[in-house]
Amino acid sequence: MNSVETPKVKRETKNKIRVDFERTPLLQRLRAKFLNFYTVKKALWYLFRFLLLLGVSYVILFPFFTKISASFMSSSDFTDVTVLLIPKHPTLATYKAIIAENGYFKAMGNTFLLSFICGVLQTFVCTMIGYGFAKFKFKGSKALFLAVIFTMVVPHATLRFAMFVKFKSFDVLWIGKLLNTIGLTPDPGINMLNTNWPLWILSATGLAYKNGLFIFLMRQFFKGIPDELEESAYLDGSGVFKTFILIILPLSVTMMITVFMFSFCWQWTDTFYANLFYTKSGNALLPSIIKTPASLAEEVSKAGGTLYSSAIQNTCGLLIIFPLIILYLFGQKYIVQGIERSGITG
Amino acid sequence: MNAEINKSLKNAPAKKKKVASLDKRKARSGWLFILPFIIGFVFIYLPIIFNSIKFSFNHVIIQTNGGYKLEFVGFQNYSDAFLVDTGFRPALTAGLSQLVLDIPAIVLFSLFIAIILNQKILGRAAFRAIFFIPVILTTGLISQIDTNNLMLQHMTEDSINTGAASNTGQGIISAQQLEGLFRNMVVGGGFVDTVVKIVNNIFDIVNRCGVQMLIFLAGLQSISPAIYESCQIDGASGWETFWKVTFPMISPIILVNVVYTIIDAFTSASNKVMQYISSVYDSPNNGSVLSSAMSWTYFLIVIVIIAAAAGIISSVVFYQRRD
Repeated sequence: MNSVETPKVKRETKNKIRVDFERTPLLQRLRAKFLNFYTVKKALWYLFRFLLLLGVSYVILFPFFTKISASFMSSSDFTDVTVLLIPKHPTLATYKAIIAENGYFKAMGNTFLLSFICGVLQTFVCTMIGYGFAKFKFKGSKALFLAVIFTMVVPHATLRFAMFVKFKSFDVLWIGKLLNTIGLTPDPGINMLNTNWPLWILSATGLAYKNGLFIFLMRQFFKGIPDELEESAYLDGSGVFKTFILIILPLSVTMMITVFMFSFCWQWTDTFYANLFYTKSGNALLPSIIKTPASLAEEVSKAGGTLYSSAIQNTCGLLIIFPLIILYLFGQKYIVQGIERSGITG
Repeated sequence: MNAEINKSLKNAPAKKKKVASLDKRKARSGWLFILPFIIGFVFIYLPIIFNSIKFSFNHVIIQTNGGYKLEFVGFQNYSDAFLVDTGFRPALTAGLSQLVLDIPAIVLFSLFIAIILNQKILGRAAFRAIFFIPVILTTGLISQIDTNNLMLQHMTEDSINTGAASNTGQGIISAQQLEGLFRNMVVGGGFVDTVVKIVNNIFDIVNRCGVQMLIFLAGLQSISPAIYESCQIDGASGWETFWKVTFPMISPIILVNVVYTIIDAFTSASNKVMQYISSVYDSPNNGSVLSSAMSWTYFLIVIVIIAAAAGIISSVVFYQRRD
């Protein structure tokens, strides 16, 4: 390497000195900087990470691409061997037929009413319950939290028949039975099938789909909020509920949006409860629109029609999740933020 | 002396009582916050659970007016599930072995992706948004459409699986390719099969990783950057930092995620046992009670699995003392 020489001070004015010394050539310097093991390893790791993320993103997005491209294909494209992803005869006929004949907007309206109220109820109830578990120590709180975990562990499919029976003749504390025996009501319970009430009741009591998870997330989130915040509010004379509404809720907006998006979207695409509680075909929810429209039935019955009917189903799926895609575009940053702030520590 | 102690004893409860009443008031509001759940659990959930267990010990006779009558049969539904029903035992073994394969894959994959998504990289926000799409969108209906999706199979067949032999179907890689790769290594065929299965299930696994990834990401965010900084100053490599800092710090979250994954895998509608049970539910002869008996058996088995997994993992979990 270069021997160390004493640098020469070449010119000196009152405020300025210039020191001349032999510098390593630029190429050599760059080589030393970038061609070492450390940098190369780092760059390779970066590249590997990037490619991996890209690959997995492709795996995630590919089914959506196929759905979208297939939704524009006409039935002749499916029998054509040369057509794979890009339709030769693009058409909107599939969309038009589904929207016009399968009652898309009516089903969407019904589902929106159901999912929105369920989402709002679940968000607020799970926030409250999570807050109660996180910030208050009282006898039995641990046992109750175990109960929450229990509701999460028992799949609702196990309780299918019992739930059906329960909401077919809904009765709390034998009140309905009592009224029935007195003769005030004709039935021992209220038949809630084919209404939104079963799901609203489950949501309002934190028992609906995956609410245990929401309660858990909320509890972890509130555990991360310092107690001093509430204590200072109590000292200033604010009650527990006032503190909750004025101090805690504004803090947890991102987390609440996350939970709302989960509950809303999961209710939106749900089929289990839709099959269980909605036995009549009259009040249609979104699952009911997945069928071949009558005007396309003829084409489906032709050769290669099974593929086409599968494509029609996929198009139905696309139409169903279309509102969710828009919601996700607006809400995804809240999900990431909300989760990052929850500070889950197990 | 005695009098003094007596005096202090007399004073003490009075002082304590005041503190207790404040605590009590707080505890009471705690109850109020949880009240919706308590009401629902006691008046709706417990009766449903009770009925479900009761049904599993009965035969149901549907009456003409739409009502039903129960006939107590003891453990007959349970013995029918195992001895008479031909499909339940195979479905159970298949489903459980699927769980054994899927759970480590899901947990490790989501941990890996969460760690990568937590590091700085070009387009991180976009990647995160893409990775959380399946949580929101590929649920319920869409996953139902995607199981046995003819169109998707048709389109993936030629685009992803270009080089594979045509008879292997829609897999991303085929067993033959991998076996060729591993032929000269001392690896058993079982291992190759497992790897092939996992890789071909990558759609499914990625789709089921969403919530776990979110939870891991949140856990990784909660590790103080100061610890990493001091590691770097002390000259620890990334590998060492992972095993000495990241892994112990998120080990409680691994526990949470393993339990969550087991629950999720076993309650999801795509699970083989769940599918079988729901097909039994729709069958005419006492299907509803038979399926209740089956799912309670299944539930007990999975509880045992969860307890075992949680027991094993919690023995190595590291809890940071937070004061």
